[in-house]
Amino acid sequence: MRPPHKFSRDIPEKPSDIKRNLSIVLFFALIYAAGKFTRFNFSDLIEGMSEGGGFIKELFFPPDWAYMKRLIEPMKETIQISIVGTFFGSIVAIPFAILSARNFLRMPILTGIVRNFLGLFRTIPALVFAALFASVFGFGSFPGMMALIVFTAGLVAKLGFEAIESIDHGPVEALESSGATKLSILRFAIIPQILPQYLSFVLYSFEINIRASAVLGYVGAGGIANYYNRTLSYLQYARAGSIVLLTFVVVMALDLVSSRIRERLL
Amino acid sequence: MLEIRNISKTYPNGVQALSNVSLNIQKGEFVSIIGLSGAGKSTLLRSINKMIEMTEGDILFQGKSIREAKGKELRLIRRDIGMIFQSFNLVKRSRVITNVLCGRIAYHSPFVTFFGLYPKEDKQIAFEALDRVNILEKAYNRADELSGGQMQRVAIARSLAQEPILLLADEPVASLDPLTTIQVMDDLKRINRELGLTMLVNLHHVDLALKYSTRIIGLQAGKLVFDGHAKDVNDEVLKEIYGRELTSSEVLGEVEDAPSS
Repeated sequence: MRPPHKFSRDIPEKPSDIKRNLSIVLFFALIYAAGKFTRFNFSDLIEGMSEGGGFIKELFFPPDWAYMKRLIEPMKETIQISIVGTFFGSIVAIPFAILSARNFLRMPILTGIVRNFLGLFRTIPALVFAALFASVFGFGSFPGMMALIVFTAGLVAKLGFEAIESIDHGPVEALESSGATKLSILRFAIIPQILPQYLSFVLYSFEINIRASAVLGYVGAGGIANYYNRTLSYLQYARAGSIVLLTFVVVMALDLVSSRIRERLL
Repeated sequence: MLEIRNISKTYPNGVQALSNVSLNIQKGEFVSIIGLSGAGKSTLLRSINKMIEMTEGDILFQGKSIREAKGKELRLIRRDIGMIFQSFNLVKRSRVITNVLCGRIAYHSPFVTFFGLYPKEDKQIAFEALDRVNILEKAYNRADELSGGQMQRVAIARSLAQEPILLLADEPVASLDPLTTIQVMDDLKRINRELGLTMLVNLHHVDLALKYSTRIIGLQAGKLVFDGHAKDVNDEVLKEIYGRELTSSEVLGEVEDAPSS
């Protein structure tokens, strides 16, 4: 038996749970409202799943191996689009990242303008850019590359300026006090600190781009997805399945290689 | 060589860090600035190379106004003033020699150094600087492989590579253990003697200041309350600077003479 304890003061009152409980109720209410709004119901889902099973069988069993050989060229194009898009996008990102970092130039107005500009671009999905560029430059891989350049620049610039803002400021101070110019400070105090992170961002955006470029063709922006349109509109499901399968394997493989390299970098 | 004329500094938040401080520093002096945290030691040091802008007064470095200097003129003044820091401020991912060569940047066009193309002579200067602080053998190690004391010596070498005529040291030993502290202070003293390099050092430990300096500056709440020879610093002076008796953290205590390594 524990000896009785005599409290020297009152035990504090338990704070009200009302805020938490209201949050929980609100959360489920929102989910319910969303389901209602989109006319979601479970019987449709189950029905769809059983139909979907048959469809999946039609897609993948057996794959159309002969057709898959014809997909190698467009698959190469898809990979090319994502490599070129990532490469040039990452280069375009550099000046934007530098201009957006609050701790480097210390020109708040310029930084604000560039940041808002970047933010605007990041709200537009790559596929929308692709459709836009396809209508401007015509169908083919060029609008796809352009779309990925813009998308990558926005992403890498954002991650880049955050990296610049999180560097150790000490070396910057040391170089400034030795009479170095801004350009030299960038070169010797900032770049060495963020280089591994920057390379990792480039690879990360490559992983995103390879997935994005696998659907760019759908809006006429080059690469493998062009063939979805062709096969699906002729109801050639086995061929469409082959495209999905090939895309899946290639994306997985590149993703794996890229994330392995990224692990090494950091 | 350095004339501090009635400088004051009020920060934008209203804190007055320095009020009406005047000093003359002669070539070859080893001057320590002591005082409580927040007394204005760092602000005084950083006003000299304009890392902080004074709000009143002026500083003349070799006759040139620090307050008026900007752009290229300021960079050339800064090139002649080395600085070392409590946290060493090395680029940890870069090699030691790359860090030391950073001291040479201000001697060249940024477009030349951008590609790391330093003249042969600069590399010689950098190696000599490393040798002077006895750490030449680490030239090709990455800076993050070094201990704290070694990092501070590399930082000293970097500032020596500037071939400065004044060295500012802002709490150079505050993040070092007592033994390394002695080694780094010995290095600074030796450089002061061998090169005749003028030293202006902020120190937290009063006994270190008394042991190494030829002259002591005491700051109290932004005001200069003592300026004189180390041997003239007595309990009364310390009481004025610190407003109380010293605490044990302000005295380093007895340390065995460090083996020279």
